[in-house]
Amino acid sequence: MTKYPKTAGETLVSIEDLRVTATTDSGRTIEILKGVSFDVRRGEVLALIGESGSGKTTIALSLLAYARAGCHFSGGHVLFDGVDLITLDEGARRKLRGNKVSYVPQSAAASFNPSKKIMDQVVEVAEIHGILDKASARDKAIGLFRSLSLPSPETIGDRYPHQVSGGQLQRLAAAMALLGDPELVVFDEPTTALDVTTQIEVLRAFKSAILDRGMTGVYVSHDLAVVAQISDRIIVLKDGEIQEAGKTEQIVGAPAHPYTQALISAFEPVEAEAAGSRLTKGAVLEMRDVVAGYGNMKSDGKPHIIAVDGVSFALQRGHSLGVIGESGCGKSTLLRVAAGLLPAASGACVLDGKDLRPQVSARSKDELRKMQIVFQLADTALNPAQTVGNIIGRPLTFYHGMKGETRDKQVIELLDMVRMPAQFRHRLPRELSGGQRQRINLARALAAKPDVLLCDEITSALDTVVAAKVLELLKELQRELHLSYLFVSHDIHTVRSLCDEVMVMFGGKKLETFAAADLHAEARHPYTKLLASSLPTLDPGWLDNLKQDPELVRKFAHA
Amino acid sequence: MTVSTAPRRKIRFQIRPIAAVCLLVVLFWIVVALFAPLLVHYPAGDMVSYDYFGPMSKEYWLGTDYLGRDIYSRLIVGTRYTIGIAFVGLILAALIGITLGLLAAAFGGVFDTILSRAIDTFVGIPNLLLALVIVAGGGSSIPILIGAITVIFFPGCYRFTRSMAVNVNALDFISAARARGEGHFYIMIHEILPNIAGPIMADLGLRFVHIILLLSGLSFLGLGVQPPNADWGALVRENMIGISYGSPAVVVPSLALASLALAINLLIDNLPQRVRDQLE
Repeated sequence: MTKYPKTAGETLVSIEDLRVTATTDSGRTIEILKGVSFDVRRGEVLALIGESGSGKTTIALSLLAYARAGCHFSGGHVLFDGVDLITLDEGARRKLRGNKVSYVPQSAAASFNPSKKIMDQVVEVAEIHGILDKASARDKAIGLFRSLSLPSPETIGDRYPHQVSGGQLQRLAAAMALLGDPELVVFDEPTTALDVTTQIEVLRAFKSAILDRGMTGVYVSHDLAVVAQISDRIIVLKDGEIQEAGKTEQIVGAPAHPYTQALISAFEPVEAEAAGSRLTKGAVLEMRDVVAGYGNMKSDGKPHIIAVDGVSFALQRGHSLGVIGESGCGKSTLLRVAAGLLPAASGACVLDGKDLRPQVSARSKDELRKMQIVFQLADTALNPAQTVGNIIGRPLTFYHGMKGETRDKQVIELLDMVRMPAQFRHRLPRELSGGQRQRINLARALAAKPDVLLCDEITSALDTVVAAKVLELLKELQRELHLSYLFVSHDIHTVRSLCDEVMVMFGGKKLETFAAADLHAEARHPYTKLLASSLPTLDPGWLDNLKQDPELVRKFAHA
Repeated sequence: MTVSTAPRRKIRFQIRPIAAVCLLVVLFWIVVALFAPLLVHYPAGDMVSYDYFGPMSKEYWLGTDYLGRDIYSRLIVGTRYTIGIAFVGLILAALIGITLGLLAAAFGGVFDTILSRAIDTFVGIPNLLLALVIVAGGGSSIPILIGAITVIFFPGCYRFTRSMAVNVNALDFISAARARGEGHFYIMIHEILPNIAGPIMADLGLRFVHIILLLSGLSFLGLGVQPPNADWGALVRENMIGISYGSPAVVVPSLALASLALAINLLIDNLPQRVRDQLE
């Protein structure tokens, strides 16, 4: 499928039994890479895929002869064109970076200097290595901007990083990496931080740039579907070891290793239950015409910046309502309004038929108990200074007045409910993995014995396999405890697999609400269709076959 | 269902050698201050030798001062004044500063703004000048000195605590506690304070050094501990002429001052990594 240049097939990089170890603060040494070997051939794009902590970024950085602070190469070779990068001195390494091997970072926003013009930063590589003079470097950069389909390529370089969108900045970072005509480009999760509709534009630009130049690339990602669109071969990593390596079609179509199979199965769409298959027993939570935002109140009684603009919905008892939309659409603000953390400027919030006051401090303890919020990042949602037992136990004491042994028993029961062993109550949050922390986060909310759980992107910070397990747990808990979920997410598939109803938000407004099973129905709002079609699938030809109305993309995507 | 008991948490602090040495120096001075009456050879105010600015000898371990008083005994007693006043002043300043800082962070809004601006006015006045004014107004006595130190140092404690607490206050677990309906005081004591206690302790250590230096400065100007007693700063001042005689009377209290200040500073610089991580 890729048109290889003449030298295709030759080995460009050969990694042999690479080992990287890290030393922790307490003096323990941890093996991050436990002997990894593979080749990158000229003209191919190789993808490294794995969960957080699998060592994929460590490998990618070793291609730049770089090990992060606290890490060091403890064995093996990284042969680039026959030269072992690990044995090079720092000066030779510097000559290599940006020149022969270049890097596209995950967060372009954090990698650009906010106080310098984009063009000056893009052509810096040429200056440092003395490849081109300034004028021809500029011309080349403009050519790259054009081939990465950036708008107004002649002038975009004169802007500052904050004057372009996130998707554009990511493509500009790629232009920076390509300027020195490197032999190898390392992409480190370059689309992970982007919205789905933006991601497509960026992926398209990357793919055509790769094909045009016959580039050799290493693409690091946790998202198998993204990788399937862009790579020729995939290496699956876990805990610093290679689990499986093969052609993209083989990995995606016929995975041999059980771990790869688990990764793939997490992608299988779960069929939503047909609308009306479950009885509705009346709304447990209702919001009507809610307006909320940030900043000082203006004279018309509306906040300066409106984040939620006249949204109404009703959450049926025992059901789940999914709220989807892209970053900045107001979906998380809606949750904060429901929880009372951000008092609404106007509109009503009705729980169990009773009107709730807008501020949390004005609500009764029982009203607060019935509605619990679960935050996205369990790292910051759990107090690092308290043990798991105290974290879960506090709502028990606070709402139910439990103490001593009864409380301890209840904590163990709650841990059991989220499928965690009882001893974990003595641990501190930092001694838990990301998935475990999210379970504790959930258990703390359950401790209040709530009717409604407000879930704010609770699976988006988790790895695919872990997220699937947490979703499964949510479903079981709903059956056991008759909970109702208000589930905010940017991922339409997650919402569809969990929720009965889906509400789509854009720019603070509600676009439409529909039964989850009707997602692909003809009557859907164009934006909903755009969202649904923008999520990559495992089919390697998906990106090439994807047809989206450019008018629609221009209207809704922030690229 | 078995109810397991909480395992003893292993403290995995790695103590660096330099930190251990500094800790010993600090502990040494604290012990000296505590047991001063048992350690002195002569009453601190008595003129025991006719030889002024005398050298170190068997009777007078660290020599004698400009009036022929025993430097060793005066230094020991001075330790009590220096460390005692600084310590009590620090505790008071910390109590006021930390409490107000936590209140400001937890309540926020107008309360925070008014309190912060009000306390900022204190910061605008130079430390020594403010101390001079207070001592000039109230006369030099130990309670006044402690009061002056409290007034001068609580704004710093306040600002440090508030800035740390405001950062913690923005984290999700505080939002979770607020959404649960917890009161401001629970959030202050149970959610915020444990997360900033380490850095605050380290900060107090540095402030302790500043207090000792300020106190010595005051004594040097003759406004600190009054004769016949003397703290370290006063010892240096009254024996200044001794420099030209090469007398230990001026060198020894200077060394004592330097050793304590250095030890505390180095101790904080070499705190275990886990505490330092929180500081940054």
